[in-house]
Amino acid sequence: MAERQQKSKPTTSRDSETVEESAPPVTESGDKLKAELDDLLDEIDEVLETNAEDFVKSYVQKGGE
Amino acid sequence: MVADARRSSVRCMALPKVCGIETEYGIVVRGADNNPVSASSLLINSYLAAVARERNRADQARVGWDFEDEQPANDARGYSLDPTLAPEVETTLVNAVLTNGARFYVDHAHPEISTPEVRTAREALVWDRAADEIVRAAMVAARDMLPDNAEIIIHKNNSDGKGNSYGCHENYLLARETPFGRLARQVTPHFVTRQVFTGAGKVGCEVPGRPHDDIGYQLSQRADFFEEEIGLETTLKRPIVNTRDEPHADAQKYRRLHVIVGDANMSEVATYLKVGTTAIVLSMIEDDELGDDWVLGHPVPAIRQISHDPTLTQTVQLADGRRVTGLEIQWGLLERAQKYEQSHGLESVGVEVGADVLERWEAVLAGLERDPDSVAHQVDWVAKRRLVTGYQERHGLESGSPKLKAIDLQYHDMRVDRCLALRAGLETLVDGNAARAAMTEPPTSTRAYFRGRCLDKFATDIVAANWDSLVFDIGRDPLRRVPMMEPLRGTADHVATLIDESETARILLDRLGETN
Repeated sequence: MAERQQKSKPTTSRDSETVEESAPPVTESGDKLKAELDDLLDEIDEVLETNAEDFVKSYVQKGGE
Repeated sequence: MVADARRSSVRCMALPKVCGIETEYGIVVRGADNNPVSASSLLINSYLAAVARERNRADQARVGWDFEDEQPANDARGYSLDPTLAPEVETTLVNAVLTNGARFYVDHAHPEISTPEVRTAREALVWDRAADEIVRAAMVAARDMLPDNAEIIIHKNNSDGKGNSYGCHENYLLARETPFGRLARQVTPHFVTRQVFTGAGKVGCEVPGRPHDDIGYQLSQRADFFEEEIGLETTLKRPIVNTRDEPHADAQKYRRLHVIVGDANMSEVATYLKVGTTAIVLSMIEDDELGDDWVLGHPVPAIRQISHDPTLTQTVQLADGRRVTGLEIQWGLLERAQKYEQSHGLESVGVEVGADVLERWEAVLAGLERDPDSVAHQVDWVAKRRLVTGYQERHGLESGSPKLKAIDLQYHDMRVDRCLALRAGLETLVDGNAARAAMTEPPTSTRAYFRGRCLDKFATDIVAANWDSLVFDIGRDPLRRVPMMEPLRGTADHVATLIDESETARILLDRLGETN
């Protein structure tokens, strides 16, 4: 990745008149993401279908469109 | 930037990019006969009946699509709830138009919602979110119609992981005179590379003839299913550019570009950018400002190659021989779009929405380039990958474990208590109340306003509705068809007062006759 500095411009400061109310910064620090992920994985353990593997096996759709 | 655009000397000639999204949902029945066609009918009829009950107006559920005979049996109360009912009986029944201007119907073996036509990516997102809420409400309503412990489960995804795909299509209004060959050539680079931020993510591989575990994780649900560069098909040999020519508007003036290459997104930012960037790219093509710099040498292999490379570092070949990454093509398109905003303005996509899309487009590309995990709150494939790899590491699972595919599937589960996307911390752009209001209210910015308001106020007088007409029966022959061949006529500005002041459909039609 290092060899491509190219066109990526520094993120421009957001124009106040077009900003969504309290839009969070688009990127976040790794630490915060890790802590959040741990919580998230706890939650997945709770909500993941108990028979998840069977559900995946039986999940067959007809082609559409 | 907005002010600069308004001062620009070159006028934006591109047509307003009236647009919409059609989503086919995955459907399974648990605890009862799993027939997807009857289940889809049951789901939709349950919703229509619940809406009618809420409004205390049973007639509400009876307005059928124009292609169908009017069917009083469209009302759920007249519909047999036996889920074993033969499919050929009920496929013709369920094809409803809603008061928000959307269509809710059974397509093949899936429930499908087409949003009303809207004017901007922002509105497309609002009515796509409304569609999510409609589907959720329909699942709840259907529970009352099924045996105890049985339920219909809907997924907003595009593949079953076993080689079967169903679509999330977008539609954009284009000028008829735009040469289709140039359009197809110049839009293809965007369709092949936008998946770096629109991809919904997928565990496994569904390329025909390759084992499922050939690829651990890829960007797109759909890329494996594209086999042609251009064509009319949508179910076999799917093309990157679909040539269906059915404008649902004045065919002398308009085209509708039917885009079948996209994934259904759970992330609001992804839906917004998918529609917003595409509308800008199409405007540039219409004004012949995009050029051929990014035309691909081999689009079909490229769309899979980019999907199969979550490192975003592999290159694909351009028609002129250069090799570039998908991200580099996206940077190139963004740079053109920024210049286009300066030279032409972004009236065609809405000036403010267009400026916001450009900023978010740049931010997401910068984030993907620096570290994809930094956009885990905006990009579905990144958000889902965090869950899959995090779960795999925590539980020490092999890469082919069905549990990981279960996480992939459940990311798209539309049940609030099961949906993993809702737990992934995705950034939201639409207030929940706005999404719920859009379940019943039409956009004000297109002819969908006229359709939705008339269906709301004069439901008993309308025998059929379609994208480009409404048919009224006001008790004297013949039936009165109101054509709506101009997508931007029939907006709230044009007809709100007229509809407000017309106590009956007959008065409305008489006044419309006077003004035409």
